[in-house]
Amino acid sequence: MKKAGIIMIVGSLLLLGLFKFPLWNIMLGAPQYPDPLGMNIHITGIQGVQEFDLQNIDGLNHYIGMKTIPKAEEMWEFSVFPKVILAMSLLGVLIGVLGFVGKVSYKYFLGWFVLMSVLGILGMYDFNNWLIDYGSNLDPNAIIKVTNPDGTPMSYKPPLIGYQKLLNFDVDSWPHIGGYLMFLGMTLTLVAFWLGRKTSLKQ
Amino acid sequence: MKKIITSTIALVAILASFTSCNNSSKSSNSGALSSNNAEKVYIAPGEHDSHYAFISGGYSGNLTVYGLPSGRMFKEIPVFSQFPTNGYGYSEETKPMLETSFGPIPWDDSHHPDISQTNGELDGRWIFINGNNTPRIARVGLRSFETEEIIEIPNSAGNHSSSFITENTEYVVAGTRFSVPVPQRDMPIKDYKGNFKGALTFISVDPEHGHMDIKFQILMPGFNYDLSHPGRGKSHGWFFFTTYNTEEASTLLEVNASQNDKDFIAAINWKKIEEYVNNGGGKMMPANYAHNLMDESTHTATTTMKKEVRVVNPIDVPGAVYFLPTPKSPHGCDVDPSGEYIVGNGKLSANLTVHSFTKMLDAIEKEKFAGEAYGIPILNFEDVLAGSVEQPGLGPLHTEFDGQGNAYTTFFISSEVVKWKLGTWEVIDRKPTYYSVGHLTIPGGNSAKPFGKYMFAMNKITKDRYLPVGPEMEHSAQLYDISGEKMELLLDFPTHGEPHYAAAIPAEIIKENSLKFYKLANNKHPYKATNDEETRVERDGKNVHVYMTMIRSHFSPDNIEGVKVGDKVFFHITNLEQDFDVPHGFAVIGANNAELLIAPGQTRTLTWEPKQVGVWPFYCTDFCSALHQEMQGYIRVSAENSDTPLKWSMGEDIE
Repeated sequence: MKKAGIIMIVGSLLLLGLFKFPLWNIMLGAPQYPDPLGMNIHITGIQGVQEFDLQNIDGLNHYIGMKTIPKAEEMWEFSVFPKVILAMSLLGVLIGVLGFVGKVSYKYFLGWFVLMSVLGILGMYDFNNWLIDYGSNLDPNAIIKVTNPDGTPMSYKPPLIGYQKLLNFDVDSWPHIGGYLMFLGMTLTLVAFWLGRKTSLKQ
Repeated sequence: MKKIITSTIALVAILASFTSCNNSSKSSNSGALSSNNAEKVYIAPGEHDSHYAFISGGYSGNLTVYGLPSGRMFKEIPVFSQFPTNGYGYSEETKPMLETSFGPIPWDDSHHPDISQTNGELDGRWIFINGNNTPRIARVGLRSFETEEIIEIPNSAGNHSSSFITENTEYVVAGTRFSVPVPQRDMPIKDYKGNFKGALTFISVDPEHGHMDIKFQILMPGFNYDLSHPGRGKSHGWFFFTTYNTEEASTLLEVNASQNDKDFIAAINWKKIEEYVNNGGGKMMPANYAHNLMDESTHTATTTMKKEVRVVNPIDVPGAVYFLPTPKSPHGCDVDPSGEYIVGNGKLSANLTVHSFTKMLDAIEKEKFAGEAYGIPILNFEDVLAGSVEQPGLGPLHTEFDGQGNAYTTFFISSEVVKWKLGTWEVIDRKPTYYSVGHLTIPGGNSAKPFGKYMFAMNKITKDRYLPVGPEMEHSAQLYDISGEKMELLLDFPTHGEPHYAAAIPAEIIKENSLKFYKLANNKHPYKATNDEETRVERDGKNVHVYMTMIRSHFSPDNIEGVKVGDKVFFHITNLEQDFDVPHGFAVIGANNAELLIAPGQTRTLTWEPKQVGVWPFYCTDFCSALHQEMQGYIRVSAENSDTPLKWSMGEDIE
């Protein structure tokens, strides 16, 4: 159980990587952009991969009537997410320590994982909603209006995950270092659960 | 008679068949060869050349940038000449770059580019080039690929033995081809001999910013100082100049300056003179020359008129200057990578003379002098001679080195490049050039570490090498592969203006440093507008200042009223883009100067003097986006005595 507690603590601490590294990354490449434009989505806000990428993405998007990329203070998520992540990390460490000294059962590890997964799915759902709004809530006076074959306005929503072609742009949307650290951390808490369970079954 | 005609026709027919037979076999040979060579110069679409070549523009006054081995031209960098293509020399910011003591000069004749060095190796920070006609030296930054500084050279005329740099870029050196009265004065031309002086100018280069300042001028006897090169390695601290017209003729030089069997290479111990000057030696002499400096943060050049210059009389510094007799009006003066050999390319000589630095020092130490000229010791030809290449060709001009112990010399009259070996002086190979070659360049060939691989010859006559384009045509360069024992001609490519010298460098030394755009946040131009709130129009008497921005795809303001005939309108335009390769242009109808091409983050000013009442358009000249054609605006010009109020707007009707 001591080993499981340590793994639980380590796994929870890996969440803190999100304060340093981006959760997600979206890259936009085109024939005119051999060096793609990119945005890194941190839990505290959106940043350009290169210094002027956000400005240049906004500059291009104004043709098709998309809104500018929101500043950190324009979205409640960027003030709430850091608090949630910090709280979940601390909670995980607390559970790990208590598990280490034998005060709580390994089942709490799974409980933490389930809670974190629910929060994560809610976060993804919220993020996807924003992408839909960002890609389809267009200025009616846009300079260029592109419609689907059925006559509905084309959506420029970037994919939540994976690759998609949007007009002349190749869009790639994938987790970044912070996201991978979080997934690794969550996996470790499952490992902690499994180890704790194994130890308790032996006893 | 009829019989003769018939037999003649028959003979011609036979000859023709021979000739055509010859032709076909020859072309099939060169076909196989050229397909092989085609691969050597082929750079696939989207791939980069391995080397940059900076080729002087000669009478274009500019510097062109090429890729090797493809021979593709990437850019013409305006240096000494006005350039309406981007407004250089026309915009208010760049006009001061062309200022001189003679007033603004729209043109010059640029000759010898040389790349900055550290420890004798190319460091790729700056490239220097000389203006020959109105003596000046320019420094071009190899981050921006723009002319950043130009300094005028006083007491000089025909700034030809320039602009060569010492092995740590301590100095860029400028020698005068034409000797003149110093100081300039009204005197009979026939009194040239003994009265005219040849100024050799040492311009210090600030190691951090590259800023130039004349440290001293050596006032030499009134010969013609033709070309020069720095010592390096063991001869670092010395500089060598070829001279001709040691006869000091002032008329019909083609005869009168070709009488002496030997002219000189002047060997200058600049370290010794530097020490003399640092200890207060020499004297400050009144002068008047322009120093023009572009400030990257204000995007604006300023001119400072300098009023004095330090001059040194060579006989006041014993042991600093010597003459090495060199046959027949030597032209190029080239120093090998080790610094031991100094090649004097005697352009009217049948042999190529090579001096030894070691033997020169030895002769100086033993004071074996053959005489003196104006108090300057002349060494014995035999005492300093390392060897000579016997009968290599006709009219040697310039020599470069491959770093493998070989030298390559151009021969103007026999129109060829000859490869020979240093030390044994044997000729290894010769290849024709088409036609009448002047300079040649090997990447790093004028440094302690040449990169070899390629050599290109720059020809004075192009004639039939390209499709005919009338009596006037571009010159031409020819690229040779020099990686093997024998040279191999790979490619002809046209050059812009007349290419004199060129400097080439492996691309990786500079390409990563190349600037993509200027940061708007660093823009300190006094008339900048960095957002819509800062755009405005202000009247100051007859002067109207328009603070304008440009971004895909509009100007702000794009409607302006209240300008009158007789006003002077200054369009100060800032490009708000912060992305690579998004310049915008600005042109307004009836402008008597040029257009502006404005890089992202930059501010440029065009002056416009409206002469006619009306509503006049302006527009973007550089296709910038899908809405480029919409990037336009109007300026209303009212009569001189009208009272139309000053107004401006963008995105709404002007009220």
